[in-house]
Amino acid sequence: MFRFSKTILVFALFGASTAAFAFDNFKGIGRQATPAEVKAWDIDVRPDFKGLPKGSGSVDKGQELFEEKCASCHGTFGESNEVFTPLVGGTTKDDMKTGRVKGLSSGELPQRTTFTKVATISTVFDYIQRAMPWTAPKSLKPDDVYAILAYMLNLSEMVPADFVLSDKNIGDIQKILPNRNGMTTDHGMWTGASAAKGGIGNGGKPDTSNKACMKNCKTEVKVASSLPDYARTAHGELYDQNRPFGPVRGTKTLGGEAAAAPAAVSPAMEMATKNGCMACHGVNNKIVGPSYNEVLSRYKDQTDAEDRLVAKVKAGGQGVWGSIPMPPNGHLKDEDLKTLVKWILSGAK
Amino acid sequence: MGDIVKQPGRLRPAPENFLSEDQVKAVATGRRDFLRKSFLAAGAAMAAPMVARASEGDINILENPAWTTSLGLPVATNPYGVPSKYESQLLRRESPGLARVGGASVSFAPLQGLFGIITPSGLHFERHHQGWHDIDPSKHRLMVNGSDDSLLKKPKVYTLDELMRMPSASRIHFIECGANTGLEWGNVAVPTVQYTHGMLSCSEFTGVPLKHLLEDCGVDYKKARYVLAEGADGSSMTRTIPMEMVESGEVLVAYGQNGEMLRPENGYPLRLVVPGVQGVSWVKWLRRIEVGDKPYATKDEAVHYIDLMPSGLHRQYSSVQEAKSVITTPSGGQTLLDQGFYNVSGLAWSGRGRIKQVDVSFDGGINWKTARLEGPIQNKALTRFNINWVWDGKPAILQSRAMDETGFVQPSYGQLRAVRGTKSIYHNNAIQSWKVIESGEVSNVQVL
Repeated sequence: MFRFSKTILVFALFGASTAAFAFDNFKGIGRQATPAEVKAWDIDVRPDFKGLPKGSGSVDKGQELFEEKCASCHGTFGESNEVFTPLVGGTTKDDMKTGRVKGLSSGELPQRTTFTKVATISTVFDYIQRAMPWTAPKSLKPDDVYAILAYMLNLSEMVPADFVLSDKNIGDIQKILPNRNGMTTDHGMWTGASAAKGGIGNGGKPDTSNKACMKNCKTEVKVASSLPDYARTAHGELYDQNRPFGPVRGTKTLGGEAAAAPAAVSPAMEMATKNGCMACHGVNNKIVGPSYNEVLSRYKDQTDAEDRLVAKVKAGGQGVWGSIPMPPNGHLKDEDLKTLVKWILSGAK
Repeated sequence: MGDIVKQPGRLRPAPENFLSEDQVKAVATGRRDFLRKSFLAAGAAMAAPMVARASEGDINILENPAWTTSLGLPVATNPYGVPSKYESQLLRRESPGLARVGGASVSFAPLQGLFGIITPSGLHFERHHQGWHDIDPSKHRLMVNGSDDSLLKKPKVYTLDELMRMPSASRIHFIECGANTGLEWGNVAVPTVQYTHGMLSCSEFTGVPLKHLLEDCGVDYKKARYVLAEGADGSSMTRTIPMEMVESGEVLVAYGQNGEMLRPENGYPLRLVVPGVQGVSWVKWLRRIEVGDKPYATKDEAVHYIDLMPSGLHRQYSSVQEAKSVITTPSGGQTLLDQGFYNVSGLAWSGRGRIKQVDVSFDGGINWKTARLEGPIQNKALTRFNINWVWDGKPAILQSRAMDETGFVQPSYGQLRAVRGTKSIYHNNAIQSWKVIESGEVSNVQVL
């Protein structure tokens, strides 16, 4: 009898766990997504190109788009290090043959660019499509994305200047991608099934093995690196980053002058910082674009300076200060644009 | 003790601000009694008898202060409470030069002044890829679909109203950016624990186990072994999560953080919680979950968040945060007040489970003592450790070394670099060293 009831219990548990797998099991919660909804949001492109939209774009068209929409952050040739790390450079014809970027192991690379790292061309397509340009993500049509990617491939010397990239030939690009063989998943840091069980990695086996030694663990203490002097002050007054009471004090790193209250930041300066203006324009120094004081000295004697500058900041532009274009800033409210321009014209203080 | 100013009882805050130039000179020439008088003058209504009484003891005891002798403020003066005005030093801060645009930057949590294991929501570290938004929850949707119709019977859409009706779980977990301590792979670069370890926070998260949603949509676990999580921000950040973690019930679609809704900077109104895994996988402003039969190689797992090894290969899909610890008090950029007793305190955590033991060394790693762990010790959560120390005024090097329940012991810099070199950027879990010199100043050093 005892044995029998246990069997029933096991059966009941099994039944319950089966029920948990039934679908639509939270009555009244959620609804079916429409095909149009799934299409609107399901924009990811996988390494096997699942999800890749149809389309094509030429290197020429890509150059045009790149200069208009991308160069302000990435430089005309995708080489700029001003705002983000460079997109192209550091790869060779030989890397295209081997699928391993040699500079990564030889230490010759001054800096890793996107194309020295990426092993899957789908990644670049997916990311441009979902997140670029910086201030207007998802505004590019598939043909635009193909064109911009074609231009980047040309800059990387992977395709000729008359190349047209499309959903039909992107697979050929994968075969010549310079670092396509440059990834390994043979490590213990994937939290799912191991490669041996159809997943990724070694099943969680760590690559270091320290011991919890307690006494006389070594004979000498070797300090390999200490805080450089410049780094002691690079983060401001450390005294002010700790409580003025308790078991310790912040170390006074800047001396007396830092004791004075920090200058109040103007609301316009805050707005310029928040909206990314300061990434390209300094108050006194040229970064990617002109400094605010350079703008001021050019426009200060023009009676319609305010209106003209508001229009320029809003629409973006190119040519006045050089070939690197400024992206449009249609996302800013007119009143905010006016505040920013007034601030620039009053010396950006 | 250097230029540390002592306070009531024994120590007092810097009085320079209310001394006249003549008074400063008087102090400088050695008339220290003058300083005490000035302090009294500024602190309360000046009265000659009080000065006389100061010799009898601490004036903060002998004379009741204003808050003891007057009416305080009414309830709800601050309908949403804020920290004391004396707590303005502990703020999220950026590391100068780390990023050029604030929308793709990091702000670090001030670990040097926090207690226990919960990070106040307003001090939780931030990492955004394309800026943050304050999303209208009535317009936010979560979609669950499959990369293929055969992986999921019915793609569904959920509103916040619906998600918050579902069975919820509340759990305390740490979140650490994969690049935490990344500035220090090659050598010491930054002065304080805020910048060495401050891409680390710990909260109680409340939400719906993701497996409930996938099962509600009719997932086929046999075929769908990966999950893609996608955000609703401009970058629509995406990461691949292993289905094993989802099936375990650990992965939450969270809306709550420390008893209230998530903060906008932390993903309001929905974020993924992937315990033990680096922060980038905890997709904020979560709008879509896709189940798939292959990993996705998204930008943040194919261009960034990949670990460069000495061979020139990059490790891809490295996700777990291995056992790590750091002493937060005292730590770099701080100065000890005096010789004598200190409660040395710090944090330990492991992406592989619970912390089992933390050992602390005061001599740069020659000898170690086991610290007290403050319980309850939780799975994949910060664990606070404390240990007594009497500082004799001599130079010392303080270190902490965590061991987790798998028996894994946090590595030294020498051990870590022997395997991974110095250019990895990500997943630096080496033992941190703080050097104390005779003046009491603590600074960041690396011991192999």
